Amino acid sequence: MNGEAVTPGSTASAGAAAASANLPMTKALNAGLRQAMLADPKVLLMGEDIGPLGGVFRVTEGLFAEFGDKRVLDTPLAESGIIGTAIGLAMRGFRPVCEIQFDGFVFPGFDQITSQLARMRNRHEGGLIMPVVIRIPYGGHIGSIEHHQESPEAYFAHTPGLRVVSPSNPHDAYWMMQEAIASDDPVIFFEPKSRYWPKGEVHFGESGAPLHASRVVRTGTDVTVVGHGAMVSVLLQAADIAQAEGISIEVVDLRSLSPIDYGPILASVEKTGHLVVAQEAHGNVSVGSEIAATVAEKAFYTLEAPVLRVSSFDTPFPPAAVETHFLPSPDRVLEAIDRALAY
Amino acid sequence: MPATPNDALPTVQLLSTEGVFRPNDAAAEFLPYLDRLTEDDYRRFYRDMVVVRKFDTEAANLQRQGQLALWVPSHGQEAAQVGSAYATRSQDHVFPSYREHVVGMIRGLDLVDILRMLRGVTLGGWNPEDHGNFHLYTLVLASQTLHATGYAMGMQLDGSTATGNPETDQAVIVYYGDGASSQGDANEALVFAASYQTPQVFFLQNNHWAISVPVSRQSRSPLYLRAGGFGMPGTQVDGNDVLASYAVTAKSMDDARAGRGPALIEALTYRVGAHTTADDPTKYRDPEELAHWVARDPIVRFRTYLQGLGVEQEFLDSVDEEAADYASDVRRRALEIRAPERSVIFDNVYAEPHPLIAEQKTWLERYEASFEGGQA
Repeated sequence: MNGEAVTPGSTASAGAAAASANLPMTKALNAGLRQAMLADPKVLLMGEDIGPLGGVFRVTEGLFAEFGDKRVLDTPLAESGIIGTAIGLAMRGFRPVCEIQFDGFVFPGFDQITSQLARMRNRHEGGLIMPVVIRIPYGGHIGSIEHHQESPEAYFAHTPGLRVVSPSNPHDAYWMMQEAIASDDPVIFFEPKSRYWPKGEVHFGESGAPLHASRVVRTGTDVTVVGHGAMVSVLLQAADIAQAEGISIEVVDLRSLSPIDYGPILASVEKTGHLVVAQEAHGNVSVGSEIAATVAEKAFYTLEAPVLRVSSFDTPFPPAAVETHFLPSPDRVLEAIDRALAY
Repeated sequence: MPATPNDALPTVQLLSTEGVFRPNDAAAEFLPYLDRLTEDDYRRFYRDMVVVRKFDTEAANLQRQGQLALWVPSHGQEAAQVGSAYATRSQDHVFPSYREHVVGMIRGLDLVDILRMLRGVTLGGWNPEDHGNFHLYTLVLASQTLHATGYAMGMQLDGSTATGNPETDQAVIVYYGDGASSQGDANEALVFAASYQTPQVFFLQNNHWAISVPVSRQSRSPLYLRAGGFGMPGTQVDGNDVLASYAVTAKSMDDARAGRGPALIEALTYRVGAHTTADDPTKYRDPEELAHWVARDPIVRFRTYLQGLGVEQEFLDSVDEEAADYASDVRRRALEIRAPERSVIFDNVYAEPHPLIAEQKTWLERYEASFEGGQA
């Protein structure tokens, strides 16, 4: 079980744990969940098909066999039921980690998340904590059918009482999962589906950044570009192309959508004077809009051009056959970079 | 015509509507549970029903006088609530909807704490851990049914139930109503409860009206029959019969604590008053129907029964006095409730530091302080 993932503690016979491993994000998340479950017996996993099957994306693979049906709960097929009972379990002292099978299936649980989970501590005047993590695989580029490629993060970032994060790479996925589970606040954990399978080095010794820190992942001097989740790799591709054209791009990985860590973004804009915000989500009333507004307020005299947004269109996610025209590509990011520099 | 318990239907009834102890056929299996009650318990049942009726009237008055934003009357439902509440044990957990004032009182809640929420000074009002495990009122219908089910799952997972010790084994009772029974959450809670066999009782007060919509619009069949579809026992009880409410709930809670799984109880009762003080039932309700139910008042019925047992008039009078004192004490203390500090806006939104909230809190403090005469 879980044999392929090299994780600290899983190599008991070797005596010493591996310092790092090259893993896809699914395995990194799996290792992060496993570490959290080993560290705290109150951590439970709940969701549809997460038991013997290991989830439709196999993120929980092997955990049912290792921890049993009292730690890994295959639930009835009802999202509100999953979230609502997780709230009750958290009241009882557990730390439930709920898997929502696909982005577009979170809405049956939306009321329990926004009207109950997010407000429960506030309503209790601080008398309890709500350490619930809701994992949501999200985003496009997987060629799937309707309701399977959405980016609904703005709804949750807009809701007081929730924390919202999204890792862009396996290392962050491993660490952010453990930090989210350790948080005493509810965390909506968006997992970028299109980044589930590319491998990356996971360092088991240190996380490198707290859960809510944004981070410069590529330094540059001409334009700052900001994104989260799967968009970070698109931004890095755009930066490579721009470099060939003599334009130096600084890439900031947002990592946390609520709260947003503006420090690295503002420091970068101070240097470049240009900001492009990119996201797979619809642009209208989005996380990118919030960043654009805040940077305009806080760095108005530093900016040499308006903050530009690169988003998907304000239409329903289209049939997958045309999704590449809908989702922001490196070229669309470069187009915005050119516009910003032309001011 | 509204449903009325009788021998033709399997509605558990111990006290006839005239207040005579005359258990019907459906009551047979629940009779042994009455053996747990003493005459002191009977007096307590009566006292609590009378006191909360008076409290209810006083709270409505406070609302009419502008001292509460809203009031949610429980008039008419006292027997369903008192009987079921006394069937819980101290180790149990209670998840109310928002009309179960006397259940809170029986669990040790100061009812002024309920008024704090309705006076607009808090979104909650008490800490359940310190108040008999009586959880907060939930205003979005049926949301609490899932919290209760999750909590009951937790009892199973941490081994606090079904050990065979009735003194310590725990269970959950969750209150909801005929309107809430149509909500998806109520049905999902029943699914989860049945799937995991949670130690839990679903106590459905069918008060016949969801604001202006009659129960006939919520369900074409008696609500307790739904339990069978979920795979758990369902019982319909005369909710205006405090002894029947007690006995039926006592059995289901015993079963739950002992690991025999969840159950649904439908208590037939009636919302004699308005849905809330913002409602006007004269616009949608037949006065004859109201009169029919007023004639079946749960307090009058139990008083008649107690008088038949020989309970002295002195006791009944002393209860009226106690209720009046209680209500005036509540009024006095309700008027003393003060608004919280404005910092409550930001407190406890998150358990851990949050830069946006901190920034906005600081901003508001500075902004308010910038006005001459403003508080720093």
